[in-house]
Amino acid sequence: MESPFYSRLQGKIILLTLLVTFTPLLLLGVIMYRQFAGMYTAKVLEQVRYRAESQAESLDLFLNERTAILGAIADTHSFESITEEDNLALKLEVMNRWAGAFVDLGVIDQNGRQLAYVGPYGLKGRDYSDQEWFDEVIGKGVHISDVYLGFRKLPHFIIAVRRNERQKSWILRATIDPDVFGRIVQAAHTGTTGDAYLVNSKSVFQTRPRFGGNTLDTAPVSTPVFGKNTTTFEQALGDGRKVLYGGTWLKVKKDWLLVITRDAETEMADLFASRNVQIGIIVAGIIAIVLTTVFTTRMMIRQLSQAETRMREMNAQLVQSDKLASLGKMAAGVAHEINNPLAVILQKTGWLADLLEEEDLQKSPNLQEFRSSVNKIEEHVERARKVVHNMLGYVRRMEPRLEDVDVNQTVNQTIDILDNFARANNIDIQTGLAANVPIIGGDQAKLQQVVLNLVTNAIDAIGKDGTVTVRTKADDAEISIVVADTGPGIPENIQKKVFDPFFTTKGGGKGNGLGLWVSYSIIEKMGGTLSLRSEEGHGAEFTIRLPIVAPETK
Amino acid sequence: MDQPSILVVDDEGDFLETLLNRLKKRNILAVGCTSGEAALKLLREAAFAVVVLDIKMPGGMDGIQALREVKKIRPETEVILLTGHASLETSMEGMQHGAYDYLLKPIKLEDLLEKLAQALERRTDSAQRALSDQIRGLLKKK
Repeated sequence: MESPFYSRLQGKIILLTLLVTFTPLLLLGVIMYRQFAGMYTAKVLEQVRYRAESQAESLDLFLNERTAILGAIADTHSFESITEEDNLALKLEVMNRWAGAFVDLGVIDQNGRQLAYVGPYGLKGRDYSDQEWFDEVIGKGVHISDVYLGFRKLPHFIIAVRRNERQKSWILRATIDPDVFGRIVQAAHTGTTGDAYLVNSKSVFQTRPRFGGNTLDTAPVSTPVFGKNTTTFEQALGDGRKVLYGGTWLKVKKDWLLVITRDAETEMADLFASRNVQIGIIVAGIIAIVLTTVFTTRMMIRQLSQAETRMREMNAQLVQSDKLASLGKMAAGVAHEINNPLAVILQKTGWLADLLEEEDLQKSPNLQEFRSSVNKIEEHVERARKVVHNMLGYVRRMEPRLEDVDVNQTVNQTIDILDNFARANNIDIQTGLAANVPIIGGDQAKLQQVVLNLVTNAIDAIGKDGTVTVRTKADDAEISIVVADTGPGIPENIQKKVFDPFFTTKGGGKGNGLGLWVSYSIIEKMGGTLSLRSEEGHGAEFTIRLPIVAPETK
Repeated sequence: MDQPSILVVDDEGDFLETLLNRLKKRNILAVGCTSGEAALKLLREAAFAVVVLDIKMPGGMDGIQALREVKKIRPETEVILLTGHASLETSMEGMQHGAYDYLLKPIKLEDLLEKLAQALERRTDSAQRALSDQIRGLLKKK
């Protein structure tokens, strides 16, 4: 139906509209999401940083407290009194009462031998002189060890302080309960996937992590990436998961790093949910835009196309009526020019006939020939006269009268006239007459002439076996009468000519080629239009459109 | 029969001449002229019972104008219009201006005679009514 031009135009409009709409929409969506995601990640990392920082402070406090108690005990007791194991046990009890988390307590002389010990492991008499922590505490006075197995073969760490007393040094050493310490570290983790643990500078677990490893295993973190201050970052793991890291070096035990991890996916769940909502809204928006664009564009194109078709029809009608008007004028002029010589010929012939009756000619052997010739001339002048008179008669009779016209009745009457003829050719005339067709002012006889003409043409076009349908319809402004046939249709190249005078396709002198021309002119004078729609092989459809003119009031 | 009762006005000389000859052959006296002006001149000199007037004449006065003048000079004269131009408006206009009737060219003599007879019948002049009877006689013979 639509021309390729309009299809292309429609495609272009849709494409352009969608492009112009989608580009900013998608751009906005992406930019907003990225901004939001950036802000959100920053916020989550900030939480991780805060957590790491505050938890590191707690751990520092914990270690400080225990170191201080140990120092205070050492400084307020003499070597003699502290090596009494009853006294030492009392000190352990006091320390645990006021601070807690001490497992055992021992006194070691400057040669590394444990002279007194209270605790569950029976380490009295052990020689620690070759141990690393021993050198550290002798050298620096205070030492917190890394976690190691030691004589007890269990992961633990110790806090030791040195006391100088009368040229001699001795060491008070306590083991910290790894479970208690581990629980304090673990308190920093959040959610179901978060973790918190301590590692030393060689990436060895100093506490047991929640997932994937044990104390003294090598941790999957590289400690140099953590700077002097609390450091946070996001890292992708091999399996595609992303993990947020936060790490703070402790201040009391400077080579211990508190690491807090959080699963990015879990932390970002809200973000992803909002992203999905955003994507949903954008997709819904895109669908709505596509539908609206396609719908409105199609509607627009259809209206445009219809307007153009209407304009083309109107133009064609304008051209046609112009053509007919000038043809009519010309025909009238030609008729006049022909009628005058015909008048002379007729008179001259009459005169010849008159003279033939005179006596001397009566004797002529050719009298019969003369008479016959005169008659023939008269006969043919009469024929020519009829042609011209018919033509002009049509013109003359085109002046319409204004009377009440019942369109449906006119159609019915016309069909009555032709019904027998149609039936003889096995042609069915069907009617579909709208009940709301009003009585209008017009010329009933002329309208009947037109309908008669159209239905006759339809019957002629079908020849035999077929259907002629006559429909009427009315709206506020006009009445239409449609005469459709199931005949062979009218080829496109002929469609333009059917309303021309003297154009006929009916052979054998059946038509004079004036019927449609006259019909067209009559309808035009009534202020209406007569149009044709036909496709070769699919019948023809003539439509009369008459404006609704109120009948004269009487 | 001294005074012709019929005046035929037509610019087509051949037509006029032949028509007059044929009328004469039927003993109907008629006078002809080829322009409206000439017709008016004749009318001023003498009265005619019927004027047969061609509506469309090139140049000078056209048929309708001539008709109005005829009716001015001789209101009682019956005018039969001839026209090769089948325009209802013009013919109607002619009727409105007092024409008796009109005929479409080319005319058959019989049709003209019929109209002439009808027109003459309306006359008060007995000679003219006799002419009407004479014409009817001719038509019957045919």
